[in-house]
Amino acid sequence: MASSPWVDRAGSFLHHPAFKDVIVAASWRRRTERRMNAIHTQDARADLRRSTWMEAAQAGDGVAYQALLRDCIPVIRSVARSRGVALDYVDDVVQDVLLTIHRARQTYDPGRSFTAWLCVIADRRAIDLLRRIRRQDLREVYAPLALEGYVDQVADPARGLIQADTTKTFTRAIASLPARQREAVRHLVLEERSLADAATLTRRTTGSLKVNLHRALKALRGKMKSWE
Amino acid sequence: MNTPSDTDSATERLIGSLASDLAPVHRLRSPGVRAFTWLAGVAAAAIVLAMIADVSALKHRLSAAPDMWLAATGSTLTAILAAIAAFQLSLPDARRTWALLPLPAVLLWIVASGVGCLRTWFVPGTHVADLSEARDCLIFIVGLAVPLSALLIIMLRRAYPLQPELTALVAGLASAAAAATLLNFFHPFDAAAIDLVIHVFAIAIVIGANWGLSGRLLAH
Repeated sequence: MASSPWVDRAGSFLHHPAFKDVIVAASWRRRTERRMNAIHTQDARADLRRSTWMEAAQAGDGVAYQALLRDCIPVIRSVARSRGVALDYVDDVVQDVLLTIHRARQTYDPGRSFTAWLCVIADRRAIDLLRRIRRQDLREVYAPLALEGYVDQVADPARGLIQADTTKTFTRAIASLPARQREAVRHLVLEERSLADAATLTRRTTGSLKVNLHRALKALRGKMKSWE
Repeated sequence: MNTPSDTDSATERLIGSLASDLAPVHRLRSPGVRAFTWLAGVAAAAIVLAMIADVSALKHRLSAAPDMWLAATGSTLTAILAAIAAFQLSLPDARRTWALLPLPAVLLWIVASGVGCLRTWFVPGTHVADLSEARDCLIFIVGLAVPLSALLIIMLRRAYPLQPELTALVAGLASAAAAATLLNFFHPFDAAAIDLVIHVFAIAIVIGANWGLSGRLLAH
């Protein structure tokens, strides 16, 4: 039987290098589809897992809640980056979104996708942060030379040294006090405790603490004066 | 600038503190159910007002001027749809387009009120509200919208709106529309131009106050 010109043309096309490309492309597309299906299945599994954890968190399960919040971090990072949030600020968005999840957890309906719920919140928080940065940029001026050239009238290079010296002297003076007076100074002056709290902690009467503090201050004044 | 390990540990600390004081929460009911709970409160106010109002005069007025039905239907539908939209917007993942839900009802309300206003110009002998009556309308709408708005904002605060201003704006529209609907019990005259201007002014006050004050209350 004489072969038809269409068959001949098809036969020649089968051996054409472009046809091989078509076969390769088709097989690549099938592979991609399979991979996408796998990703979708993974996403669906992850979503179901997050949804279950959130339902448990709504009932007060702290362990499930911790696992959920940790699992949310990569999703939030990805949403923030896709919104154009700079790498330095991504963690701000993450923390902001985690707080929002915590405060809005009563609004989540387990019948709906948790990941979709999370992505919308992350997107809104990312936009809020970008707006905040833009407002801040409008208010502030980047002028490194002006900052370098600014003279601080109040600054005193010797102040730090004097302060360090005073602190050292004062610490030495306190250390030289008798134990009961030192205890009174530590609780009532340095740690700013109330008399009642200090009395409970030291198992001493408030009267005894007051007397010891008074004596300690008098002794300290004397020591500081003599060292000056 | 914080190093990655600093921020990671800060995030870990945050997760730890959030999980440590975790309390069980009551899941919120659907926005529709919550909206109808608020509308039930409005209906209760309507029943109380109907007991002290002259309902037969209202019926007579509505039968004499059918376009008033349209205006009342418009304001009622606005209150219902705006309440549903406000409860939807109070969810953190709500779409902004929910704010458009009451728009058709608002248009019906405006057009029907405008037609009623024109009728008073063409039909002679129609009682037109004077300034003192118009002032009473203003006081009624604003006075009634305050408790309705307060109830609505308290209910909306239970959710977590990430668009607080828009939510408060729509909530203000719901309260103003509900108050304007209830005004019909005590409005024995057609809405003339001055009256209509006063109504619009009162509604604008309610919406503006909600937008400015309640927006802050809803912001987290």
